[in-house]
Amino acid sequence: MGFGFLLAQPFAQHALLAAALVAVAAGLISPFVVTRGMAFAVHGTAELAFTGAAAGLLVANNAIVGALVGSLVVAALIATLGASPRERDSAIGSILAFGMGIGILLLGFYHGFATAATNILFGNIFGVSGSQLLVLLALGLIVVIVMAIWYRPLLFASIDPDTAEARGVPTRRLGLLFLLVLALTVTGAAQVVGTLLVLSLAITPGAAAQRLSASPLVVAGLSILFAIIAADGGLLMSFEITTVKASVFITSISFALYLLARAAGPALRGRRRYGGPELAADDAPETFVPGPAAVQPRPAAPGQRGAHGHGQPPR
Amino acid sequence: MNGPGGADVALHAATLRYGRHLIWEDLDLEVAPGERLAVLGPNGAGKTTLLKVLLGLIPLSAGTVTIDGRPPAHGSEQAGYLAQQRMFDPDLPIRGRDLVQLGVDGHRLGLPRAHCPQAEAAIEAVGAGSYASAPVGRLSGGQQQRLRIAQALAGGPRLLLCDEPLLSLDPASQQSVTALFDDYCRAHGTTLVLVTHEITPIAGIIDRVLYVARGRWAAGSPDTVMDTETLSALYGSHIDVIRVHDRIVVVGEGGGPHHPPGGSHQGHGHDRGQGRGDLDGGGHPGHPAQGGHR
Repeated sequence: MGFGFLLAQPFAQHALLAAALVAVAAGLISPFVVTRGMAFAVHGTAELAFTGAAAGLLVANNAIVGALVGSLVVAALIATLGASPRERDSAIGSILAFGMGIGILLLGFYHGFATAATNILFGNIFGVSGSQLLVLLALGLIVVIVMAIWYRPLLFASIDPDTAEARGVPTRRLGLLFLLVLALTVTGAAQVVGTLLVLSLAITPGAAAQRLSASPLVVAGLSILFAIIAADGGLLMSFEITTVKASVFITSISFALYLLARAAGPALRGRRRYGGPELAADDAPETFVPGPAAVQPRPAAPGQRGAHGHGQPPR
Repeated sequence: MNGPGGADVALHAATLRYGRHLIWEDLDLEVAPGERLAVLGPNGAGKTTLLKVLLGLIPLSAGTVTIDGRPPAHGSEQAGYLAQQRMFDPDLPIRGRDLVQLGVDGHRLGLPRAHCPQAEAAIEAVGAGSYASAPVGRLSGGQQQRLRIAQALAGGPRLLLCDEPLLSLDPASQQSVTALFDDYCRAHGTTLVLVTHEITPIAGIIDRVLYVARGRWAAGSPDTVMDTETLSALYGSHIDVIRVHDRIVVVGEGGGPHHPPGGSHQGHGHDRGQGRGDLDGGGHPGHPAQGGHR
């Protein structure tokens, strides 16, 4: 089977299209995953999508629906148990370990094709049926539409939550919405690269893009571009070298782009000095010479209070 | 930037409690359009909480609060809010101008606009044009604060609410940021409510002071409130207010073993700042028990 022959096959074209859509969704959420510090949440959701997929295989012989249900349940659990960012990672770790155990148990009960399990872990988009491809398309479209609608408030809530809240942005509800979008994306990406390698589409492109620009729109564009290059590039390479799984190429391309971005990043955004030290570019008066802290009288010892008093407030 | 004028703020018999904890009670205060009010007091006295009440984020336990005659609406565009400063992460993928732009339309649905004239005007107004395209986390504290001020101003607020705007700035930046508030509010008639630990850097631009401590409060001109007698009555113990050149020093708030109502844990995390003022009372002769550093 040659490259051209494969490319002409409908199943290969469907796979390329599905991979591209999944890549758009993953590339779109990826910068938010990085900014919100949710890499571990992605990992946790993906691992639990594995458990869901195993359950789906066992119950209905349908891994993708199982993965979808599994990742949505996990998103809800993370939202409930890990409300504060500090709590979140330990909550995810606890859920993740238990969920993986369940997944292994379920796989033990499954007596179908042994490759089904490897496909969940490492992905096999060519093994996905036509109807499952439609599910992938739907997932990708939902993510893109939701992100297009809530992009701006989500960016505000991710960058500057206190101010966003004061401006009326429903930061908590947006956090939940993002977890759900994340679950959909992870489910889709897991079909392409497998649950173990979802990070290569959901984190790496955003991390690479952020090395190259500080403009949110440019970062989003680059991140989507990197995800598509990795996903479809990896698929195309697997057409050429059919003995190696597409996931290997996808993760490799993704990582190569990340390394390139890290190397090129400082030249593009990091090395410039902006204004120099403390308001050097500003109109800060140069004449003010602060004395040693001990000598400088300052008002108030606000943290310290005297004994109880019973005076009335002066009015 | 347009000049939307200033909002008036009125609190009547305003009381706030968290469970059994009294934050402050029977607060009566009217701030006229264009007036500048400084809110002072110890940690946990409910200064930040007052701003959140004015933003419509926290409801009063009793009494009324109005802005321009109406209860504050959550997310209202007439209030600009400058939250207590935290430095942005150096790798945060956002430029100063994006940050300012979020102050204009960050609460609305959709994708970010490529160009936002209101944001550009606000950046010019605070003199941040030369570094607005830099990643905001790479800027100095003073530069970040200017951009955050531009963000608060970009929506054209009638009321500007600032929480410890000078806290992490060196004295030179404190001066220039204070001058910025002064110029902007004068030009636009904006009402300013500014929470601070230290009155000295802003004393020159402030019309009135609200001092909250231990559930009680005092309001008036800086000279009448920042006064030995007034603050002693407020704290219920002897407080010295000393003027050294143009500085106002409050001495003697510490030393007691008690944590009175209005104690440090009442703010429920809203007063996160480690006031530098905390340290100043320490080591003053005649007040040997200087606990209370948090």
